Amino acid sequence: MTPQDLKYTESHEWVRVEGGAAAVGITHYAQEQLTDIVFVELPEIGRKVDVGDECAVIESCKVAAELYAPIAGEIVAVNTELNDHPEIINKDPFGAGWIVKIQMLDPAELDELMDATAYESHLENS
Amino acid sequence: MDYIPHTPYERREMLAAAGLATENDLFRSIPAALRNPEIPFPAPMTEMEIADEMEDLARRNEGRRMASFLGGGAYRHFIPQALKSLLSRGDFVTAYTPYQAEASQGTLQSIYEFQTLMCRLTGMEAANASMYDGASALAEAALMACRLTRKEKIAVSAAANPHYCRVLNTYLVAAGIEVVEIPHDGGATCAESLKRMVDASCAGVFLQNPNYFGVVEPMDSLSAAAKEAGALLGVAVYPISLGLLKPPGAYNADIVLGDLQPLGMPLSFGGPYAGFIACKGEYIRQLPGRLAGRTTDADGKTGYVLTLQTREQHIRRAKATSNICTNQALCALAAAMYLFTMGARGLQQAAERSVRNARALQERLCGVKGVRLAFQKPFFNEFVLELPIPIEHFLAKAKEEQVAPGIRLAPGLAGEKEALLVCATELTRKADMERYAEILTKVME
Repeated sequence: MTPQDLKYTESHEWVRVEGGAAAVGITHYAQEQLTDIVFVELPEIGRKVDVGDECAVIESCKVAAELYAPIAGEIVAVNTELNDHPEIINKDPFGAGWIVKIQMLDPAELDELMDATAYESHLENS
Repeated sequence: MDYIPHTPYERREMLAAAGLATENDLFRSIPAALRNPEIPFPAPMTEMEIADEMEDLARRNEGRRMASFLGGGAYRHFIPQALKSLLSRGDFVTAYTPYQAEASQGTLQSIYEFQTLMCRLTGMEAANASMYDGASALAEAALMACRLTRKEKIAVSAAANPHYCRVLNTYLVAAGIEVVEIPHDGGATCAESLKRMVDASCAGVFLQNPNYFGVVEPMDSLSAAAKEAGALLGVAVYPISLGLLKPPGAYNADIVLGDLQPLGMPLSFGGPYAGFIACKGEYIRQLPGRLAGRTTDADGKTGYVLTLQTREQHIRRAKATSNICTNQALCALAAAMYLFTMGARGLQQAAERSVRNARALQERLCGVKGVRLAFQKPFFNEFVLELPIPIEHFLAKAKEEQVAPGIRLAPGLAGEKEALLVCATELTRKADMERYAEILTKVME
C-alpha cells in the first residue's frame, strides 16, 4: 500500500523525484480519510513555494484540506485532469492522482522527509 | 418549545445555590462602566391595558400619515396581499437556517427557487441563498473579487450609496484591502477617471445602477473600461429597475448584488431586509454564503441539498469564503413570492409606473421658480434637486405639512449646492405630488 520509491510528510503528502522536479500528491491513507474528492483548486504555474506553504486545496464531500509543499521551489506543472476528474485521486492516489510538480531549489531537503517505512510507523502511531 | 417561566421561589433557590443575593450579582465580574444601565420597566399591566398602551404609541407614529418621497436605498413599493398571509404561515416563519439540510426539503426548495429567480432577474448564472442586506452584500462581493483575482485593491464609484460604501470600508480596512473612489461627473461615474485610476493591480470595479442619485449609468461603456483595465465588474442593482433596464449579465458584469427590500418587504423601520449576490458560473466557489442545489437521490428522485458547503466556515473554519453565518431565508422567500406573484409583466409595470411618477414629479417641482434638477442625466425613479434656500428650512416646513420631501444629501456629495434626493414609486399619489409642489412654492416665496 505504501510505495517504496517515494518520500513522505507527516501531513500525508508524497514526493516522487523526477530529475530536478518533485511530483507531489496525497497518500492512500489521506484520500481515504477525505472520502470522495469533488474538487481540487490548483495553483498557477510559476508560483514560488516554501516548505509548508499551501499549494493546493482538496475538497471532498466532507471537508476541504490543504496540500502543503513538502519541498521549496517553483510550481512547474499542475494535473489539469483533476479539474474534470478530481476522483482520480481517490482511485489512484500515488499515480494518475498526482497534484503538482515542483522544480526543486535544494534537493537536499528531501532528506528531511520520511521513507516508506518511517511513514508506515507514523500511520500506526497517528 | 414550552414556555415555563421560573417562579420567584425557583429564582431564589438558584441564587442561593450560587451564593448570590440578586440577579445583578451574576454580572459582578463585568466592570460597572460596561454594564447596561438599570431599565425602569413599568409595572405589570393587564392585557387590556397593554392594548391601550400600544394604541397610544401607534398614534404617535407620524410616518403613517406622512406622504413620503424618501428613497436612497429603501423603497415603498406595492406588496401583494397574498405575501402577508403566505409569509405568516408557521412553517415559514419558524424555519431557521437548515442545519439538517436533508430534513428541510421545503426550505431548500424555496431557496433554490429564489436563487433561480435572482439569476433570471440579473442575467447571471449563479446566485446565493441571500445575504444580510445590500451593504454587506457589496462588501462580500468586493472580498470575493479580491479572492478571485488575488489582488488587494477595489475601486468603487463615488455615485454609489454612501451607506454601502461605509460598510465596504469597514470590511475592507480590516482585511487590509485598499479602496479607491472613482469620482462622478455630473451625477454619473466618470469613465475617464475610471480608465485613469484602474489598472492591473485592481481586483474589481464596483458601480451602482441606477446610482445613488437615481441616474442610470452608461453601463456598456463603463463595463468595457473596467474590463480593459483588467478588473472584474461588480454592480449593485435596484431589483425593481430590472423590470425595465438591461440585466447586468447583458453588459458582462461578473458579480451582481443588491438589497431585496423593494421586492415585497415593508420598510419596517430599516429591517429586516436581505441582500443577494449573483455571479458568473465560473466564480461559484468563491461565492460567499449558502447555496441550495438540486440533485437526484439513490432512487432517482429529485432532492435539494446545501451544496458546496466545504466553502463555508462550519467546514473550512478560518479559510472559509465568508464569515456569514446564515442567510435571510424568510426575507428571501418574500422576494421570491413577490416575483412569482407579480410576474415579469407586473415587475415591468411597477418599474414603469415608478419612472413615470418620478418624471411627472420632477417636471412639476422644477417648474417652481428657483428649483433645479442637479444632474442633466437620464434617471430612474429618483433625482436630485438643488434649492436656492437652506434645505433645513424647507424640511421643517414640509414636516409641518406631513410631507417627507426627500433625503438631504451630505454637503459635497452631489456638488456645492444644498441638495435633496427625491424618490417616487408606483405608490406615489398625484395629490401628494401636488401638495409637495405647493409647499415648495410657498417656501420659495
